[in-house]
Amino acid sequence: MSPRPGFVLEVDRSTPPTLLWHGEAFKLQKLPLGTRVVYAPEPFAALEDPESAIRAALENPEGDQKPLSALLHADMKLTICFDDISLPLPPMAAPDVRQMVIEAVLDQAAEAGVDDVVLIAALALHRRMTEPELRHALGNRVYDAFAPFGKLLQHDAEDPDNLLYIGKTDHGEDVEINKRAAESDLLVYVNINLVSMDGGHKSVATGLASYKSLRHHHNPKTMRHSKSFMDAPASELHSANWRMGRLIKESGVNIFQIETTLNTDTFPENFKFLQKREWEWNLRDRITFAGASKALDAAPHKMARNILQGIKSPHALRTVHAGEVEAVHQKIVAEVWEQQGVAVEGQTDIVTMGLPYICPYNVNSIMNPILVACLGLGYFFNSYRGAPVVRKGGVAILFHPTRPEFHPGHHPSYIDFFEQVLPETTDPTVMHEQFEEAYATDPWYIHLYRTGHAYHGVHPFYMWYWISHALEHLDKVIIVGGDPATVRRLGFHPATTLDDALEIAKDTVGPSPTITHLHTPPLLMADVTP
Amino acid sequence: MRALIIERKLTRFAAARLASTFGTGRGAGLGPLRLTDREAPRDPGANWYGVTPLLSGICGSDLATVDGRSSQYFEHLVSFPFIPGHEVVAVMNEDGVDAHGRPLTKGTRVVIQPVLGCAARGLPLCPACEAGDVGRCQHLTAGHIRAGLQTGYCADTGGGWCEGPMQAHASQLYEVPETLSNDDAVMVEPMACALHAALRGSYDQASVVAVVGAGTLGLGVIAAINFLDSTNRRPRPRRVVVGARYLAQQRIARLLGANDVVPGDQLIRAVRTATHSMVVGRPNGSTPQLAGGADVVYDCVGSASSLAESLQLVAPGGQIVMVGMPGKASVDLAPLWQREVELVGAYAYGSEHFGEETAATFDLAIEMAGTMELGRLVTAHYPIERFEEAIAHAGMAGPRGAVKIVFEPGRKKASTQEGGPR
Repeated sequence: MSPRPGFVLEVDRSTPPTLLWHGEAFKLQKLPLGTRVVYAPEPFAALEDPESAIRAALENPEGDQKPLSALLHADMKLTICFDDISLPLPPMAAPDVRQMVIEAVLDQAAEAGVDDVVLIAALALHRRMTEPELRHALGNRVYDAFAPFGKLLQHDAEDPDNLLYIGKTDHGEDVEINKRAAESDLLVYVNINLVSMDGGHKSVATGLASYKSLRHHHNPKTMRHSKSFMDAPASELHSANWRMGRLIKESGVNIFQIETTLNTDTFPENFKFLQKREWEWNLRDRITFAGASKALDAAPHKMARNILQGIKSPHALRTVHAGEVEAVHQKIVAEVWEQQGVAVEGQTDIVTMGLPYICPYNVNSIMNPILVACLGLGYFFNSYRGAPVVRKGGVAILFHPTRPEFHPGHHPSYIDFFEQVLPETTDPTVMHEQFEEAYATDPWYIHLYRTGHAYHGVHPFYMWYWISHALEHLDKVIIVGGDPATVRRLGFHPATTLDDALEIAKDTVGPSPTITHLHTPPLLMADVTP
Repeated sequence: MRALIIERKLTRFAAARLASTFGTGRGAGLGPLRLTDREAPRDPGANWYGVTPLLSGICGSDLATVDGRSSQYFEHLVSFPFIPGHEVVAVMNEDGVDAHGRPLTKGTRVVIQPVLGCAARGLPLCPACEAGDVGRCQHLTAGHIRAGLQTGYCADTGGGWCEGPMQAHASQLYEVPETLSNDDAVMVEPMACALHAALRGSYDQASVVAVVGAGTLGLGVIAAINFLDSTNRRPRPRRVVVGARYLAQQRIARLLGANDVVPGDQLIRAVRTATHSMVVGRPNGSTPQLAGGADVVYDCVGSASSLAESLQLVAPGGQIVMVGMPGKASVDLAPLWQREVELVGAYAYGSEHFGEETAATFDLAIEMAGTMELGRLVTAHYPIERFEEAIAHAGMAGPRGAVKIVFEPGRKKASTQEGGPR
């Protein structure tokens, strides 16, 4: 039976309460009558033989690129780059799709007698991955064959000796990327396209870039003009990356792009109810919901966090394409939308969303308040094509505990950003002008980024820029159940319940607002007809 | 006259010390301080004049004394019983002369520079007094008056916590300009301390300066740095970073010219970012030791923990200026040794030197109190009979949004004035 598409439910008297994420917990919430609830499509079927599909993709390239086997020869320099810990979410159960693809590429390289092979995690300014994380992404066989010999690297955007300046785009944007990757005879990039934003020229132009290069598109102006960054033609973020990517190609870097889509089978058997429609819950779903929600509520939240961070998703490979960057990406984006797109007609006054425990930047870590804002207003708000589900001047209501907690090893500059920047300003442009450079060039943050497992000093700014479009679009942001002082520090309004939040929203949207609730995860993209 | 006095009664000191464990200033009811009727102090001799206090402040060292927490070091530098109160604006009861030898007529308002140096004791000037550095006087227990490092700790002079009169020597008297309110004037003595402390720090325009604690002295140091810059006496450092525990303190610190004002527990983070310092070890949630740090740290608290924090904040080769009155403290001095940190005391006042200009700290403080309108730091006035409330208020100044609490001896009981710092 083919999976059912996503759809929009209108809440009536017979609608059961809706499952709502609240950080490391979830609950059932009765939504107001008339609320539109957007449900994701059901997960598509997995490929029956992913290994064969990968091999076929490598030998049947898209666009103006040769088959991989034709690009490999014995005395060449080969670099394989791959997406980092931020993808997929939650981390997928072994074997990870990166492992499957890289093993296939390495098999071909071995057949061709290629000796000079290096793997590089394309971190951009993200934290370095730990050995267990790398082993999980690549598999033990690949890890043990490369890491002990210094052939498994993590991109270092602050290592001037290993960066190569490519040039300027016709918009004056500096392009500087990983030297080993740029100077290789062939650069193979292995993507996991979890959402439509991922992949394309963004893979190399962002994942392997330096701060000098990234700052041209990771800034408030670009983010405000990305409406949304899930929709490349309407995204200035993507336009900049495309300009950079084309310059990289023109400079002679030969890229063999491999992109993959996963289905949205997000939660393992014990948590399957989280991706089912509530009225279809069977007895087992009800019992596991009751047990899990009570256990998570009762557990100290650190324990609850550890339990949930331990979830390995049954995501399965759905499609894979390889070859020339733009041709590959065009096919993949269409397939991502096919899996995740939901047609939504018109906008509402309010959008509500329950925020889960995980986002791209807190895998095996803590969801700090800046990441809460980024997940809700950066990712979920921007999960649209056409127009946001909420009207201009509307209200976003988020559900999350928003505790003032930080991982000191992963997010050191976030703590200072929270304590020193947010009390001064929540305006992305002001903080960009007054504070960004000091954080970006701080030697301690750079040291921690290069030698520890810390996000780059500038990263919290990027997370805040990520919400620029939402901040400009919305009149008010309310967080239900959040720590009040922390929520206020973010510039938002705290509320204790949904009713309380609707009361707070009343002076903006009136007493009878229209509401859309995004029932995610699983991931969905709203295809909005304004 | 009615006066508050402190007597040497060990049981009362012990009771006060015990009571103060429940909060600063709690020793006022049980301790050595009591309200009494007594004879006014006799005239100690030539060049001493009777003055009547208008306002007299309550400072941290007063609270320590009332709570029985003062260092035993001071035991021989005071004489009992004494009337506390060394932050005094008063009115002359007779004609006299001031510290510069200028005439003062009866009724003139004066502030008292309280150190009882050689001149006040009728002694030949010691080298420090000769140089104008009266705070470093070597004869604080000698001469024709009894021991007492300052007015307010000496049995023979009286102090400001009385309905007057008290005695002040010519060398202690500074006329209050007409333009200064009584509130401005009562801030002169603590601001003189802050000015002197600020100048003990060897910052320059490239420096980052940290201020630990934002009570009267911490705020005073911030104001002093700004004042010295605005009067072209000494350029301000590149950044002044302040740890202030309470919101009112944070607001005032910004008003007085601090660049970065953060809650006290965030000071190390703020100094680290301001100096782009590295950190010793990896961040694990505990308070880090900075590898670099501030060039000058003003410790305006004076406790073991504030000194330990200052050592975490200060750069190698830097300087810690102890502004708050310390006592016995157990602190790991390994970083002081390994990082060649200079620990500098900053007590009272004297003469300050700016190139060709030499000025008495008190004259500078009078100028500063006026130009910076420091009377706005005075939060509440109490009559002396409500001393327990006043001391409790001063002890809880931070959490109650206050900075300086003063006695107004002539004030009627029912007319206590209270408000936030303006």
